[in-house]
Amino acid sequence: MDCYTANWNPLGDSAFYRKYELYSMDWDLKEELRDCLVAAAPYGGPIALLRNPGRKEKPASARPVLEIYSASGVPLASLLWKSGPMVSLGWSAEEELLCVQEDGVVLVYGLHGDFRRHFSMGNEVLQNRVLDARIFHTEFGSGVAILTGAHRFTLSANVGDLKLRRMPEVPGLQSAPSCWTTMCQDRVAHILLAVGPDLYLLDHAACSAVTPPGLAPGVSSFLQMAVSFTYRHLALFTDTGYIWMGTASLKEKLCEFNCNIRAPPKQMVWCSRPRSKERAVVVAWERRLMVVGDAPEGIQFVLDEDSYLVPELDGVRIFSRSTHEFLHEVPVASEEIFKIASMAPGALLLEAQKEYEAASFGKCFLDRFPPDSFVRMCQDLRVLNAIRDYHIGIPLTYSQYKQLTIQVLLDRLVLRRLYPLAIQICEYLRLPEVQGVSRILAHWACYKVQQKDVSDEDVARAINQKLGDTPGVSYSDIAARAYGCGRTELAIKLLEYEPRSGEQVPLLLKMKRSKLALSKAIESGDTDLVFTVLLHLKNELNRGDFFMTLRNQPMALSLYRQFCKHQELETLKDLYNQDDNHQELGSFHVRASYAAEERIEGRVAALQTAADAFYKAKNEFAAKATEDQMRLLRLQRRLEDELGGRFLDLSVHDTVTTLILSGQNKRAEQLARDFRIPDKRLWWLKLTALADLEDWEELEKFSKSKKSPIGYLPFVEICMKQHNKYEAKKYASRVGPEQKVKALLLVGDVAQAADVAIEHRNEAEMSLVLSHCTGATDGATADKIQRARAQVQKK
Amino acid sequence: MAAHLSYGRVNLNVLREAVRRELREFLDKCAGSKAIVWDEYLTGPFGLIAQYSLLKEHEVEKMFTLKGSRLPAADVKNIIFVVRPRLELMDIISENVLSEDRRGPARDFHILFVPRRSLLCEQRLKDLGVLGSFIHREEYSLDLIPFDGDLLSMESEGAFKECYLESDQTSLYHAAKGLMTLQALYGTIPQIFGKGECARVRNGRRVPPDPMFCFQQVANMMIRMKREFTGSQNSIFPVFDNLLLLDRNVDLLTPLATQLTYEGLIDEIYGIQNSYVKLPPEKFAPKKQGDGGKDLPTEAKKLQLNSAEELYAEIRDKNFNAVGSVLSKKAKVISAAFEERHNAKTVGEIKQFVSQLPHMQAARGSLANHTSIAELIKDVTTSEDFFDKLTVEQEFMSGIDTDKTYGYEHILTLYNLEKAGLLKPQTGGRNTYPTVRKTLRLWMDDVNEQNPTDISYVYSGYAPLSVRLAQLLSRPGWRSIEEVLRILPGPHFEERQPLPTGLQKKRQPGENRVTLIFFLGGVTFAEIAALRFLSQLEDGGTEYVIATTKLINGASWIESLMEKPF
Repeated sequence: MDCYTANWNPLGDSAFYRKYELYSMDWDLKEELRDCLVAAAPYGGPIALLRNPGRKEKPASARPVLEIYSASGVPLASLLWKSGPMVSLGWSAEEELLCVQEDGVVLVYGLHGDFRRHFSMGNEVLQNRVLDARIFHTEFGSGVAILTGAHRFTLSANVGDLKLRRMPEVPGLQSAPSCWTTMCQDRVAHILLAVGPDLYLLDHAACSAVTPPGLAPGVSSFLQMAVSFTYRHLALFTDTGYIWMGTASLKEKLCEFNCNIRAPPKQMVWCSRPRSKERAVVVAWERRLMVVGDAPEGIQFVLDEDSYLVPELDGVRIFSRSTHEFLHEVPVASEEIFKIASMAPGALLLEAQKEYEAASFGKCFLDRFPPDSFVRMCQDLRVLNAIRDYHIGIPLTYSQYKQLTIQVLLDRLVLRRLYPLAIQICEYLRLPEVQGVSRILAHWACYKVQQKDVSDEDVARAINQKLGDTPGVSYSDIAARAYGCGRTELAIKLLEYEPRSGEQVPLLLKMKRSKLALSKAIESGDTDLVFTVLLHLKNELNRGDFFMTLRNQPMALSLYRQFCKHQELETLKDLYNQDDNHQELGSFHVRASYAAEERIEGRVAALQTAADAFYKAKNEFAAKATEDQMRLLRLQRRLEDELGGRFLDLSVHDTVTTLILSGQNKRAEQLARDFRIPDKRLWWLKLTALADLEDWEELEKFSKSKKSPIGYLPFVEICMKQHNKYEAKKYASRVGPEQKVKALLLVGDVAQAADVAIEHRNEAEMSLVLSHCTGATDGATADKIQRARAQVQKK
Repeated sequence: MAAHLSYGRVNLNVLREAVRRELREFLDKCAGSKAIVWDEYLTGPFGLIAQYSLLKEHEVEKMFTLKGSRLPAADVKNIIFVVRPRLELMDIISENVLSEDRRGPARDFHILFVPRRSLLCEQRLKDLGVLGSFIHREEYSLDLIPFDGDLLSMESEGAFKECYLESDQTSLYHAAKGLMTLQALYGTIPQIFGKGECARVRNGRRVPPDPMFCFQQVANMMIRMKREFTGSQNSIFPVFDNLLLLDRNVDLLTPLATQLTYEGLIDEIYGIQNSYVKLPPEKFAPKKQGDGGKDLPTEAKKLQLNSAEELYAEIRDKNFNAVGSVLSKKAKVISAAFEERHNAKTVGEIKQFVSQLPHMQAARGSLANHTSIAELIKDVTTSEDFFDKLTVEQEFMSGIDTDKTYGYEHILTLYNLEKAGLLKPQTGGRNTYPTVRKTLRLWMDDVNEQNPTDISYVYSGYAPLSVRLAQLLSRPGWRSIEEVLRILPGPHFEERQPLPTGLQKKRQPGENRVTLIFFLGGVTFAEIAALRFLSQLEDGGTEYVIATTKLINGASWIESLMEKPF
């Protein structure tokens, strides 16, 4: 039992703090930490050291070295610092290293020392140089705050979306503040600074003096200040060796402590755990570490070596040349189990387990206890153990892990290129492929395309072999990365594996492989994509080349024609010309003769061009028809001039009809001859027109002009249509024998129709007549027919 | 709401619910009150998916038709444009947005493309400087719209014209997408058959047959869907056994014939739009004593026609000559039912009678409507004109010369028809029609219109070629008609989509197959009636679900091919 509580140190009556070793560091540092600029990322993140950060000009051999290690001291990168003098280092939330130079330029490096980008903190900073800088984290991302040589502050709350804010001036500030820090309240970043005995809070609008409530008297200067991990609490260390602890809003004091050490501490950080009532601050001097809180006595540790404190969500990491330790408040659960003489259920269970050597004893007695949380906890512990391994070096606590989430943890493993471990974890936790394995494979592929020493073929093949058709993998994303690295050929190869043309095509266009993009778009069948590529090509190529490209892609060509038909008529003509497509050219001019031309001469001219084209297209029918139309138009024009009225755009038939209707029989017949209207059809036209006019006299004259080529049944029909039975009967007698019955029925002469039908001995005709016989009036006729029909049928 | 969609062998309400969900999700993305600006063409199809009440539940307060210049005033937070992806519509939208900006309070603009988002259109909006004004730009993949328990249509007007005249396969792409949606909901269709050019118009030119095209299209998208969705396999038990893709140009003849079924005639004469028909109001005037003839309704009577109406479901597919007897029988049954009230003696009997009243009254209303419609149709079918038209049709089909003339303005249309294969210049060549007609038994002399025994009843003699092909595919199979298939335009093909063993179907003896038959380029009501007839045959062995790019008839179809130069 002793072993569990041996390193527990009580602070006051209610809490214990313990410090234990995470790793023994064999990172083989040549220098003392105090000679380096140090930055360690929270959540067990990497450590960056800049050796020899001296600002004086030095020979090239003494250039500073930037080194990056894992939390366990495994070297990740080392590079010679060739840029300007550096003032401050810090890690962003995405574990990118931000290096703030004296000239206000911030260089961004990846975990492996790969340069990512850089940005400047503005002209004012450049002119006045950087005196001090801090990297801080907010819910929006990571920010940078700069104190310039002119004692002014400039900050950006999110380096991902750089917006520089120059903070207001502090009145009467002649020298650098003795200490300062960034705070974050109500989603806005502030700066708290100490000048002599005064504290000022800077927000983007104003500078206001603030006073911590209940601050002991006699303070002439603040030596150190610390804001808690969650920006909720603030601690101040004064030149009287007094520590004030309160809320960051400076509205409430939590406690105070007098440590009687007046030497300025090297570091002061908060050490508290979420949802715990205990508040404590860890203060580090050269050789001494002290945990102080709401208790008369603090906990003291001796530091054998130069050490560095890293605040965490639920404690403090402390590393030195040889060790890496974690200091935190003992969690309530541990306390209940392991505290001496504890009678809590957990403690009893542990005791029982020891007695009976039964693993997870007791669980079996709880039959209604859902096993999920037990299983989940075992899984989480296994993951935590795996990543805490020395080789991986991410010493997360359970609360940190939960806060970070598994997704972010996987991202961090990917950042460290620990792909196999990440995939194992995904598989172990059975994460959905899209969130888990696929995503990691895609990251792996993106890393793979950056390996410049491997040939395009090999990279593409390796990636496809591993990724195959894994759901959720976007080959186009990987290809975009390859293109970003300047490997266009590789990108094209990778795009071959992309099943979604919608993703393929835009990237190909971006890479200026428009023709390939065109064939991909056509393959997809997605006409919208084809159009997109076409319009792109149209801008990119000169007209001739563009047309040539189209010529080899008939589908694209026909789509483009449709586009031109609606948007660019002239281009359409050019396209047809290029292809010697005379048929379509003809149609084009026909259309133009209606749409574009108003004057008759223009229309005829357009039709002439059309006719020529139709001849070239060997479409005799269309050519002849067009020539006829030209003739007709001219003629109609003349008719309009001479007779008035409207003739233009009537068909030949309608022209003839109109002429007859207006009494111009001679002209009508002339026109019919000119346009070779067959006699039969002319008769129909005339018949219809005269009946419409109800000019029965003229109709009769016409019927007698010669033998009707269409017979006389139409005359009967048309008269009946005009409800003129009298006229109809005149013609019924002249109808030939085959249609006689029908004609007689039309004029309502059932009896005679019956006689004719019987005379013809035609069964069908008899049935027809029979169907026209109505009840009483035609009773006799009906009988007659039935008898006759019966006779016919007998034979 | 749409119970009739779930009566069939395949529950198409599942599809309707899926598209409704998608619509609701989009509307909820635009928080707050909304006005919808409609591309007019879309209002009909949308009406089949979501009534105004659904939109209202999601805070749609105003609806406008998309037109130029300013939007009408509306005190709403969001303005949503629901449009087809067409460039000319983008121009109008930008006009709307630009004139809106100059006035009063800022609105949130959104755009919903139906059925597909278009880069081309977005580029146009960008060029016009309004792309940034839209907060949500999304697509609503309304490809196949459920019309009835066994009928889906894309209502894509220009599909046939685009495919055959303009070599624009956009609607085929949408058809393929629609099929993918169906497969996502109803499982992978294990076997695909196809016949026709459209299945493979690939490079815009009639290239040597590549029957794989359509299948490749489908297959590629299957892979795509598999990858894009989390589940790696479509694990839905397949509802459809077969998919038959039929090109309209395999059978250009059928739509030209006058449909002689009840529904077909309603469509021929009055035109059915998105399952609604507008009829002359006179026949529907309320027959009340006293105020008779005083104020006749002037607005057209609008009726919805689908199988939700019991009587209509019974008579829609009958030959019109068989409709009259059904109606009079129904009339007798209904008046007998109403007479029952005299026999109701006990309170219990009266109560039972009263409980049936609403149903009886609905039936009586329905009967009155259809009696009126039948009268209207009868007036037309007994006219000389109609008879003449039928005669010409029959002469045309039997190859007798008819003489036609057209004005010059139709020369472009004639060329279009020629390109589409509807007209052929008189050249040598053997007329293959007699062979096709004989082998496929397209002309049946002994038609029983009252109790049909063959699909030819729908045209009183002519058996639609397209449906005959489907019938022969199901039994005895296309191998028996290889020769005719070669004569008909376009390749025919057969493909299998492998299924995981767990999803393979073991058919019970006597259980019918379900075939999804997709008409690329349109289908007529008479063809649908013929397919329903086949589905109902006791020993038919196959039930059909019908999908198409557009419900057509001869007139609307030719209309879509016409070019009007002025």
